[in-house]
Amino acid sequence: MAENMKPTEVESRRLWSPAGALSSAIGAFSRSAKRYRMEWWILVAGLLIVALILFMTFFPGLFSAYSPNSQDGPQLKAPSPGHIMGTDNLGRDVWARVVYGSQTILGVAISASLLSAIVGIPLGLISGFAGNWADKVLSLVMDSIYSFPGLILAIAFAAMLGPGVVNITLAVAVVYVPKYFRLVRGQTLQIKEEPYVEAAKAIGAKRSTTLFRYVFPNVIATVVVVFSLNIADAIMTEAALSFIGLGLPAGIPDWGMDLSMGKKFLPSGTWWMITFPGLAIMLLALGFTMLGEGLAEILNPRLQEY
Amino acid sequence: MKRILNYLIARILLTIPMLFILLTLVFVVLRVMPGDPVSSMLGGHAPQAVIDAKREALGLNKPIFFQYLDYLGQLARLDLGESMNFKEKVSTPILQKLPATIELTLAGIIVALGIGIPLGVRSARLRRTWQDSVIRFFANITYCIPVYWMGLMFQMLFGVFLNLFPIAGRVGTRVDSSEFDRTGFYIIDTLLKGNFTAFGDVMYHLVLPAVTLGLTLSGVFIRMTRANMLDSLKSDFVLATRARGVAENRVVYTHALKNALIPVVTMLGLEFAALLAGAILTETTFSWPGMGRLLLERIYNRDYPVIQGIIIFYALFVSVVSLLVDIIYAVIDPRVKL
Amino acid sequence: MPATMTATGGSAGPPSGDGAVAGTGEVLLGVRNLSIHYPIAIGTVRAVTDLSLDVYRGEVLGVVGESGCGKSTLGLSILNLQKSPGRIVSGEILVNGHDILALGPEDIRAVRGPKIGMIFQNPLTSLDPLMSIKDHFIETMRAHDPKIRKGQIIARAEAMLEDLGIEKRRLSEYPFQLSGGMRQRIMIGLTLILDPELLLADEPTTALDVIVEAGFTELLAKLKRKYNLTVVLVSHNLGLVAEIADRIAVMYAGRIVELATALEIFQDPRHPYTRGLMDCVPNILLDRKELVAMPGSPPDLVNESPCCPFAPRCPKVFARCLAETPRLLADAAPAGAAPAAAASAPAASAAAPRAVACFLHERTN
Repeated sequence: MAENMKPTEVESRRLWSPAGALSSAIGAFSRSAKRYRMEWWILVAGLLIVALILFMTFFPGLFSAYSPNSQDGPQLKAPSPGHIMGTDNLGRDVWARVVYGSQTILGVAISASLLSAIVGIPLGLISGFAGNWADKVLSLVMDSIYSFPGLILAIAFAAMLGPGVVNITLAVAVVYVPKYFRLVRGQTLQIKEEPYVEAAKAIGAKRSTTLFRYVFPNVIATVVVVFSLNIADAIMTEAALSFIGLGLPAGIPDWGMDLSMGKKFLPSGTWWMITFPGLAIMLLALGFTMLGEGLAEILNPRLQEY
Repeated sequence: MKRILNYLIARILLTIPMLFILLTLVFVVLRVMPGDPVSSMLGGHAPQAVIDAKREALGLNKPIFFQYLDYLGQLARLDLGESMNFKEKVSTPILQKLPATIELTLAGIIVALGIGIPLGVRSARLRRTWQDSVIRFFANITYCIPVYWMGLMFQMLFGVFLNLFPIAGRVGTRVDSSEFDRTGFYIIDTLLKGNFTAFGDVMYHLVLPAVTLGLTLSGVFIRMTRANMLDSLKSDFVLATRARGVAENRVVYTHALKNALIPVVTMLGLEFAALLAGAILTETTFSWPGMGRLLLERIYNRDYPVIQGIIIFYALFVSVVSLLVDIIYAVIDPRVKL
Repeated sequence: MPATMTATGGSAGPPSGDGAVAGTGEVLLGVRNLSIHYPIAIGTVRAVTDLSLDVYRGEVLGVVGESGCGKSTLGLSILNLQKSPGRIVSGEILVNGHDILALGPEDIRAVRGPKIGMIFQNPLTSLDPLMSIKDHFIETMRAHDPKIRKGQIIARAEAMLEDLGIEKRRLSEYPFQLSGGMRQRIMIGLTLILDPELLLADEPTTALDVIVEAGFTELLAKLKRKYNLTVVLVSHNLGLVAEIADRIAVMYAGRIVELATALEIFQDPRHPYTRGLMDCVPNILLDRKELVAMPGSPPDLVNESPCCPFAPRCPKVFARCLAETPRLLADAAPAGAAPAAAASAPAASAAAPRAVACFLHERTN
């Protein structure tokens, strides 16, 4: 992969200050808007989807007149002008539950991703930078977790922690720590050998200075891409956990839980109960995936292929 | 052959630390987390003496480190212990459910590769045309569709509305599964018995779950095949082969595709973990009696030994598959020195 | 249109460096008004512009120029293999008088290999890593003769390897087991086994080290005699070209700017660009201590301008150079002259006329 990184090498040299990183990122965007026309559209579409759902999350009242938990409506009613997405078995408005459910899933997915990043990035950075026995042990542990099906691990954790927003966030976060660790460690190993890091060492920069001024800012560029893709993954994991009933206590509107409820009524043909929450999960995950992929392709065309 | 054997041994030795780490992690998580299995097992009203006796019997009153050592010692004797809730060895229910999971995942892989590779090749050959865009969009979408949601939609469409396919279980009620339940792999069992009606019924039940699982993973394979195919179509040897007048189909399928598939094969090992995760959800959606359903069942019962056993089996399953993938890789690529 | 380049029929080709008469005067490959464009996001790259060139049977023609001058694109286009998204927008490529650009995909296969063989820049990656050398030979021969027996192929491949100085046992090995030089020779063997009339070599030594390169030159000369080859050698390596080429075409910005015998090019370069190129070559016979680098950078092939493409870098630029593009015209002959007139050009020691695309020389006529 190293030989294919040449185009970004020049940029990475300017990336060592936040302002430099920003200006070079903006530069890269405007320059590549022409070159990667399709990727540009993917990025814009992703941004739009994410922005729209975020807006809905913050101002749910603008979107739905009903409360997600009010059981006033008729039960199991197909979509109609009064309830555009129909009602569930308890007479709750499906649209209202979709609107309010975004808070839950986004909150869990974003905080879980942040949490794994906060744990995984420093570990990877130190592990890659130090490269001693601790690195070997940490790598072995992280690789073992990484190679194991993440969802199964999350299930085990969620089951043991019990239902709750914080608990499910922790369970999801555990799964993604190795992802950040491996990415950051790999990048660190590579950047460590770059001439500008060697140069910093040669002029007598302290180890901590080298690490935080020169290595870390360059690692961050790729982390941004992975973070966005990771949120998409975390969305899927959260929804899966609550679908199998390991997620949240009743009362919190949640798409995965609504789906499992819909599953029970499926034989009676209540398609609206499963169609809309599922679509919402897909759209949200798609938004973050497109965002991440657009970024990946534009910042570093090689990254996306793996 | 000898080099493959040596390699096999080395690889198996390498999976031991991985198993060990996962095991430790799960053990610690299961024991440290709040909630007492014994009281939940005996119900809330059991007298303290009974609880203590049970704890003693299960070895749960020892310090956690000794419990851990006990457990490791047990495992070293290839003993997974006994279920806390039922009078059975841990391995009994697992071995009983394992074939169903293997059958589902293998069928899922076949569907995923069967869709992913041809579409990936097509997408690469028609790069930057509308077909390429459609295929890439499809790949992105499938990646973001929750597997259980796709399963539910299929159940609704093909099961409830069109009534084309069964939506639950491995065989229909008209077929007596005890008649051919020998290896647990119904496809093999029914064929061994020569019971083709039953075989047809088993395949019929497999269609929706396998397609669901395969479709959601096909996106990954489309993207991998496309990216690698693009690389290998650009490679020097493809150009050189064309320049020698070799027919285009041969250039694309024998040279470019074969070389493009090598990274796909290596990724298959990693993607298998995702496939297993997908399989748990598919099992839940389609009431497929596999390990995933067993895991969830025992989680509700807090049956720790069985949960640990299932995790070990999943880890073993992943290791075996990645070992197989490496062997396939070594066989097709002459450059690999085992 | 540079009609003069085709106006050399009937006269014998120029003598080659070692004194043997090269070229029979029969045109084996004719490139007519070839233009190749690469549409990219920011515009169209004009990789080759209105280029015409004749290659005579039996000669070695060197095509030289800086990277990006279109010489490799020209080489690949001769087999209609230019890289995507490159497209031949106009022109003809005549092999024995037949335009191969008009051929369908099946018919052109009969040209690729049996008529024109090609060897590439990078021998390290030009063989399929998953296929044994033997299978490469089998595939290559079967592509053109599906009925040929395996034993026959092996026998011929073994003979070929012997010619190339490689042991027979290597046939069953895989590319990664061979050295770069060996892979290069295998590539040549795969090309020659089809008995081509023309051998196209695109930067054949770029990836090789100097020692292997020296061996390659010798080998090429030997094979040329044995297999009765006509050779087109595309290279930026003037030393290599000087050693084996009879005639040299100098390319700049997708056009031929000068075409003459190797001797003439080296002793008396006419185009300012050719002169500049010669100045960049270290020459131990000249009493000059430092190497000269040509000022300026290769031309912009995207934005079209009416001026001579070399004008921005040319030391002798004058008003007319900025107003129009010079055409490739036969030296010392009035435009549109008869072949006989060209052949009797007084200054030429060779029978073929030299040609240059420069107003400096057009003016002196």
